[in-house]
Amino acid sequence: MKYLDEYRDPVLARRLLGELRETATRPWRIMEVCGGQTHTLVRQGIDELLPAGMRMIHGPGCPVCVTPLETLDRAMAIAARPGVILTSFGDMLRVPGTDTDLLSLRARGADVRVVYAPMDAVRLAAAHPDREVVFLAVGFETTAPANATAVLQAARLGLTNFSVLVSHVLVPPAMTALLDDPDCEVQAFLAAGHVCAVMGWREYEPIAARHRVPIVVTGFEPLDLLEGILMAVRQLESGRYEVENQYVRAVCRSGNTGAQEAIREVFRVTDRAWRGIGALPDSGLELAEEYQEFDAAKRFDVGGLCPVEDPQCIAGAILTGARLPTDCAAYGTRCTPRHPLGAPMVSSEGTCAAFHAAGRTPTRSTA
Amino acid sequence: MTIQCPTPKHEEEVVLLGHGAGGRLTAELLDELVLPALDGAPGPLEDAALLPGYRELVMSTDSFVVSPLFFPGGDIGSLAVHGTVNDLAMRGARPLALSVSLIVEEGLPLAELRAVLTSLGKAAQAAGVPVVTGDTKVVGRGAADRLFINTTGVGQLHGSLRPSAALARPGDAVLLSGPIGLHGTTVLSTREGLGFESDIASDSRPLHRLVRTLAPIGADIHVLRDPTRGGLAATLNEIARDSSVAVEIEESAVPVPEAVASACDLLGLDPLTVANEGCLVAFVAAGAAGDALAAMRSVDEGSRAVRIGEVLPGGPAGRVTLRTLVGARRIVDMPLGEQLPRIC
Repeated sequence: MKYLDEYRDPVLARRLLGELRETATRPWRIMEVCGGQTHTLVRQGIDELLPAGMRMIHGPGCPVCVTPLETLDRAMAIAARPGVILTSFGDMLRVPGTDTDLLSLRARGADVRVVYAPMDAVRLAAAHPDREVVFLAVGFETTAPANATAVLQAARLGLTNFSVLVSHVLVPPAMTALLDDPDCEVQAFLAAGHVCAVMGWREYEPIAARHRVPIVVTGFEPLDLLEGILMAVRQLESGRYEVENQYVRAVCRSGNTGAQEAIREVFRVTDRAWRGIGALPDSGLELAEEYQEFDAAKRFDVGGLCPVEDPQCIAGAILTGARLPTDCAAYGTRCTPRHPLGAPMVSSEGTCAAFHAAGRTPTRSTA
Repeated sequence: MTIQCPTPKHEEEVVLLGHGAGGRLTAELLDELVLPALDGAPGPLEDAALLPGYRELVMSTDSFVVSPLFFPGGDIGSLAVHGTVNDLAMRGARPLALSVSLIVEEGLPLAELRAVLTSLGKAAQAAGVPVVTGDTKVVGRGAADRLFINTTGVGQLHGSLRPSAALARPGDAVLLSGPIGLHGTTVLSTREGLGFESDIASDSRPLHRLVRTLAPIGADIHVLRDPTRGGLAATLNEIARDSSVAVEIEESAVPVPEAVASACDLLGLDPLTVANEGCLVAFVAAGAAGDALAAMRSVDEGSRAVRIGEVLPGGPAGRVTLRTLVGARRIVDMPLGEQLPRIC
C-alpha cells in the first residue's frame, strides 16, 4: 500500500464529489468535530465544492484552541520560575495567554522546549535531576494515553522532578452539549478518526440514538473526508441515524483497550472549562488520586491568576460552529496569525487559522 | 453555553526565533529595522547583489547555523559552500571565489571541526570554486552553538542571463528543478531524533551547473530562486510581490517525496514551507519553457524538473494561489515564522 497517494487521488476525489452532488437533495449541515479535519477541508477547498447550500460546520476539536486561558497563564507562570524546564507540543507555544505567550517567554530566557512525545519530557527529567521538568499535557482522548504512559514511566523511574499540567478534554460531552443547545444546527457529525482509534465508537451510539443524528467516524485525508461526508449524507437522505465507520483502516468499535486502560489508570473524569465555550460537566481528565504527586498545578504555587477575556473576539461562537471566522470583525485585521486575538487563529488546526491560511475572506467564504 | 474569548497582550520588543525563519517575521525585521539602518537601495531583495561599478560581478553572503552539524545528505561545511554558490547562481552567475569565516565554540572536538572543514574543502573543490580568504574566532562555551560558518562569494554573470525576482511576467511558466522539502525535514528529524532518518536525506548540492545549462536561453529566464528558508511558499510569495504579479501552481504537479509527505504529516508541517538546499524555481517566458525544461533535465540536479504553474494574465498582484487536488483554489500565504509541529 502506498502511504498517502491513494487517499489523495484527484480523480477519485472528483468522482466522490460527483456522487455527493447526485445524493444530496437538501442543504444538509454537517459538523466535523476535529481541527485536523477542518484543516484538510479548508486547505483542499472541499467545503467550497459541496452541493449548493450544503454546509460544513467547523467544530470545537482543536485541542490548542479549547485549552483554558487560566491553564496557559499557569503554564507561563511556572515556566518563568528559575530551574524549570517547561515542555509542550509545538503549537502550544504561540497561543496567547493574558500577558504573553510561551515563545516570547522563551526569548526572554525561560527554558521552554518543544517535545514530540511526552516521554521525551520524562527523559529530560531523568537527564536533569537538578531541574524541574513540567509537561503541559493538553488535548483530547488522542494524546491522553501517551501522557498517561509518561506519568506511569516517571512513577516507575521514581522521578521526583517531573510533573504534568493536565488539561485534557473529552469529545462526547462536547458533542452532547452542542446538541443540547436549542440553537444547534448540526444534523450529522464526522467524528475524529484518531480519537476513535483510541476510544472506539461505542460512546457515540447513545448520542446518535438519543439525538437522532448520524455520526460517521472519519479519517483526515481528502478522500477520507469526502467519503465520510457522503456516508453522512446517505444516512440523512434515508432518515437513518447510526454510527458508521469510514476509517476502517485504523478504527474498530472497541478502540485500543490498552490505551484506554492507561487513561483509566492515571486519570479520572472531571468537569472542565473549555476556552471560549465555558464549563462542561464531566468533559475533562485530571490526575487520579494515586498520581497527585505529578500534578504541576499542586507542585507550583503560582499565586492568584487573573485571566482576562476580550468581548470583541467571537472564538467561542466559532468553536461551537455558530459563526464563521469571516463573520468576525477582527478576522484578518486586528486578528491574524501574526497577532492572534484568540486561540483559533493560533494553531494550524484552529478554524480561523485554517481560513486565514487558505486566504478566505468574507466574500469568498461559503455558507 | 457562554461565549467568550481571551484578550492576549503582545510583547514583541525582543528578537524571536521566528525572525530568522525566512517568513513574514523575517521580512518585517528587514523592512523595519535592518534596511532602514543600512540605507539600503530600494528594490527587490535578491539572493545576490550586483557589485556596484562592476557590470559582470555579483556578490553574496550567508551564515550557516544549522544544528546538528552533520545530517543525512550533508553537513554544515558542504552546506556553507552550496548555500553561497547557489545564491550567486540564482542571480545568473558562476562562482569565482569564496571566503570562509568560522565562529567556533570552546569545547568543540577538533575531530568534528576537522571533519566539517574537510567536507567544506571537498565541496568547494567539487564546485570548482576556490576559498581565497577566511577568518577564525573562538568564543566561550555557551556563546555559540558549537560552530557557525559564514561564507561570502563573488561570481561572474553568464552571458545574457540577468534573472531578478522583479522580472516575472504574465504568462511565464513556473518551473521547479526537483522534489521539495528534503532538507528541512531531514534536519528536523535528525535534530529531534524522530527516527525516520534512514528514509530521508538533505538535497544539499550546488546548482551553478544547472544554471549554466540555462544560460543559452538568456533573457527569457526571468527569475531564478532557490527556495531555502520559508520553502516554496515564501519564495513564490517574494517573487509575486517583487514582480507585482499573481502566480498559480498546481498541487498535483509539485513533487513532494513520500518520505517528506509522511514526515510533514507526522509533524503537522506544510511541505510548501519546508526548507530546501538543492532545488530552484525558474520563471521562464512561455515560449522558452520547453527549452528550459529540457536544459534542466540534461543535468543530474534538474533531472526531475517539472512545470508546476504559471504567472496569471491578471489577478491581484502579489498573490500566490494553488489549485488543490480536488480542483478548488486556495491562497498560499507567506509563512509566519518558526514552523511549530502541531499537537496531534
